[in-house]
Order: sequence, then C-alpha cells, then structure tokens
Amino acid sequence: MQLFPCPFCGLRSEGEFHFAAEAGKTRPVTTRDVNAEEWAAYLFDQKNEKGATREVWTHLPCAEMFIMSRDSVTMEVLGTQTLRKLPA
Amino acid sequence: MTSKYSAFSVLREGLRGQSGWCKAWRSPKPKAAYDVVIIGAGGHGLATAYYLAKNHGITNVAVIEKSWLGGGNTGRNTTVIRSNYYYPASSALYGLSMKLYKNLSKELNYNVMFSQRGMLVLAHSEPEMEMAARNVNAMQLNGADAILMDVADVRKKAPLLNFSKDARFPIHGAVWQGSAGTGRHDAVAWGYARAASALGVDIIQNCEVTEFIKEAGRVCGVETTLGPIRADAVGAAVAGHSSVLAKLAGFKLPITSYALQAFVTEAMKPVMDTVAFSPAYGTYFSQSDKGGLVIGGALDRVPSYGQKGNLPIQEAVLSGLVEMAPVLAKVKLLRHWAGIVDVTPDSSPVIGPSGIDGLYVNCGWGTGGFKAIPAGGYLFAHLLANGTHHEFSRPFDKDRFVTGRLIDEGAASGIAH
Ligand SMILES: Cc1cc2nc3c(=O)[nH]c(=O)nc-3n(C[C@H](O)[C@H](O)[C@H](O)COP(=O)(O)OP(=O)(O)OC[C@H]3O[C@@H](n4cnc5c(N)ncnc54)[C@H](O)[C@@H]3O)c2cc1C
Ligand SMILES: [Zn+2]
Repeated sequence: MQLFPCPFCGLRSEGEFHFAAEAGKTRPVTTRDVNAEEWAAYLFDQKNEKGATREVWTHLPCAEMFIMSRDSVTMEVLGTQTLRKLPA
Repeated sequence: MTSKYSAFSVLREGLRGQSGWCKAWRSPKPKAAYDVVIIGAGGHGLATAYYLAKNHGITNVAVIEKSWLGGGNTGRNTTVIRSNYYYPASSALYGLSMKLYKNLSKELNYNVMFSQRGMLVLAHSEPEMEMAARNVNAMQLNGADAILMDVADVRKKAPLLNFSKDARFPIHGAVWQGSAGTGRHDAVAWGYARAASALGVDIIQNCEVTEFIKEAGRVCGVETTLGPIRADAVGAAVAGHSSVLAKLAGFKLPITSYALQAFVTEAMKPVMDTVAFSPAYGTYFSQSDKGGLVIGGALDRVPSYGQKGNLPIQEAVLSGLVEMAPVLAKVKLLRHWAGIVDVTPDSSPVIGPSGIDGLYVNCGWGTGGFKAIPAGGYLFAHLLANGTHHEFSRPFDKDRFVTGRLIDEGAASGIAH
C-alpha cells in the first residue's frame, strides 16, 4: 500500500485518494466564441507524461483538493501543493 | 528446412530430433527505407503488417519494436475475446474481429487456440437485470449473439459460482455470449509475426523509435536506436506509450495510461469451462488449458507507466474472486503482473490520421484490445494503404472528440474499459 501525502491530513493510504485531472489546464474564456477544437483540447487531450507529472488529486475523507507532483514510472511522490487560497 | 506446421511435419521432426525446423521469423537488419514503417510489434502492429502484405500487396514494410515482439500488453493480457458491445459501430468492429479470429489458426498456419467457451456477465440485482435485458436487446439488434439468462441457467453454465442467498452480491442472472471465449495471447503475436515475415515484412526487435524525421511538416520516417529509417507512411501501435510518441511527433491524444493487473493461480483440474465477469465485484476469471485460473479486474486508479500494480486493486480483485466463487479461496497464486494500458474518455479505441501528415495511430484500446487485434490490424492496414478510413474504422477517428460523436462503451454497455 503506497502512502500519499494530503496537505491537510498527512500521510494516508492511496485508496483514500482520487485522481481528478492533470494540473495546469485553463478553461477557455467564454467571453469570446470558443470553437469545438478548443473545447475538445480542454476537455479531452492529455499530456499523459512519462516521468515527472503534476496532477490534481482529492483526499476523499477530508475533501481536500491539492496538486501532487509524482514520477509516473517509479510512482515516487515528489511533492504536494495546496490549492487553498486566502481571500484577497 | 521445415517451415509449415502440420501433423505430418510435427511427426517427421519428432523422428529426426526436431533438427529441421526453420526460424519462425527472420531477424533482418533494418533497410534505409520502407513503404510503411509500423512502430510497436504488439498484436496490433504485427497484424497490421500482415494485412498490409496480404490484403494490399504492400510487403516493403518494417515493424519496429523497442523490446521483444509481443512483450507489451499483448503478452500480458487475460485473453478474453468477445463482441458484447452496445453501439452499432463497436458491434461492427468487434464482430469483424471475432469473424477473423474464427479462421485465424488456419489462415496463419499457427494454433492461436481460440476457444469459444462462452462468457457470462453477471447481474446481481433487479436493476442490473433490467440493464442486462437492454444490453442483450441492443446486441441482438446489432447482430451479435447474446442471451439473457436467469439464475438457473447461470448455475448450469458455472456451478462453481456463489449462488448462496448470503452472498454479498447474489446472482440474479447474466448476459451470455456463447461465441465469446479465450485465445493464446503469445500465439496471436507469434502467428502474425511468422506469417508477416514469410510475406516479406521485416520485424526489427530491440530497436526503439526515439524521434520522427519531419520534412515540411510531414513525417518521412523515424530515428531509431539502430539509425534513421525512412518511410512513405508511419503507423504507431504502441498502446500505453502512445502519448510519449505523440509528444515526440507534436500532436495530442485523449489518452491516460494506467496499470492493469492480472493474476494466474497454480494449475488445477478443470473447474470452470467458461469466462465469468462480475462488474459488481470488479473481477473476472477463466481457466486456462494448462489448468491455472486467469484472473483480472479493474484498472489501478493512479496514472502510471510503471508496469507494476498496486495493492488496493489486488485486494479488490482477489476478494471479489473469493466472493464470486468461495471454493477458490485456498487456491494459491503463481504469478502476478501488470501492463500499461491506454485509456480514452469513451472507452473506445482511436484509429486514424494523427493530425500530422504521414503519421497514423492505432491506440486507445485500453483494457480490451486483445480481442480486437485481427480487426485493428485489418482496418489499420486499410488506412495505411489507402490513406483513408475503412467504413468500420471511420467512427473511431479522433475527430469524434471534436464533433462530440463519442462511442461511450464505458457508460453504454457498462464494460469497464
Ligand atoms: C493485465 C491485462 C489484461 C488484459 N485483458 C484483456 C482481455 O482479457 N481481453 C482483451 O481483449 N484485452 C485485454 N487487455 C488489453 C490488451 O492486452 C491490449 O489492448 C492489446 O494487447 C494492445 O495491443 P497492442 O498491439 O496495441 O499493444 P502492445 O501489445 O502493448 O504492443 C505495443 C508495443 O509497442 C512497443 N513500443 C512502445 N514504444 C515504442 C517505441 N518508442 N519504439 C518501438 N516500440 C515501441 C512496446 O514495446 C510494445 O511491444 C488486457 C491488458 C492487460 C495489461
Ligand atoms: Zn485529507
């Protein structure tokens, strides 16, 4: 059983985590027309990196969403980054 | 030297100490240029080469493999062959594959051990029975053989299963596809390799494609660990590594790579003569001719290129097996492994132009592309030979993600791949 680090709860079993998406995708700005190709790229295309990856994960018990950097070959966790932000 | 396999040649070679067999395929040095270069000597790449030569007369073809042929998912899968899909496009595709599989041993002069022992997809509740009836109706309308079984019929087919009232998920019935079954995975790769090689195809093993040769935006060949190889058309059939090659070529794919695990037990006397899959438990199994149970289940939910599986899924699959057939609880596992599968958002493959001239892709088969090897090769060969789709592969072009015409088998037939 691999342990993943939740920035809120600490090290927990991998079974408690859900892979949500690759990090770094930006939703097209809908104040202008967005064509089908742009939507398809946003919704479906994946970098699917071999090696270092940056992904959005959820720790299901506490519902924390965060960024986890991993190596997709060795499965080593390289770091996490919380997505919580203080109000401006 | 003896090259054709027959009862007579097996007998004769037996009498002369197996000394007269020739190699099953040639291992030539790569030429500087080919009409078609195929990347990946898995089942799909090798079948593509065979059908290019046989159906289209294109024999100046190389299949380039970074490791040994058939060592990817083709040599790691649980060998279930079926066509119980929901949408007409899928039914046509997997139906073609079944048809080709039926005659494959004869056609390739190689025993692929296609055994049509039938498959049960179990339903464990009244709502699941309703969905099963809907699926059976769709399959029958598409011309695939499927019938709805009640629990008494299921018990006749597979008495080993758990019919206890105390079962966590009691069996209510099943979708039965009698023409489904299993095949010998290695033999499919080896048979296509041997037949393609005999028609003049060069199979180059231990040769990795590291870069694409591009001229004026068009792919004109590949850089490999054995040097550059030029080609009029390049086809990639590299399963879990499709995104890696796409990045090298400069296009994107809607694919995520995951590990999929499988298990084999010690050999036993025959206890199970069909394939059983329980979506509720997330486990399926069959018994090989050698006697071992071949067990599979769901993907590891962690994107991976690691070619090894994680413990939570092992626990889920094996506890599912014990619930499905409690009598198997004491059977010992012999081996366990994983392959890296190429999963698309709609659980259907991607066959078509890559978006870069001269480069075509056959990928996205995910957890279910062994059954599709003959059809995948047949249709990809058509595409590479003509530059245009066969009508059966047209719906599987990656433009479906732009037009929105997804073929969502994950949602429709509830088959997890
Ligand atoms: C555990 C498991 C169980 C499965 N069970 C079933 C099942 O029961 N039924 C079913 O229908 N399907 C099943 N599948 C899926 C099936 O195995 C695959 O969909 C199918 O084998 C894919 O064939 P392929 O030829 O596309 O890929 P592969 O057989 O993986 O071949 C791709 C080849 O490309 C090579 N390659 C990659 N990159 C490069 C490069 N840069 N240069 C040169 N070569 C390269 C690889 O080394 C590999 O040999 C299962 C898969 C797994 C892992
Ligand atoms: Zn947490």
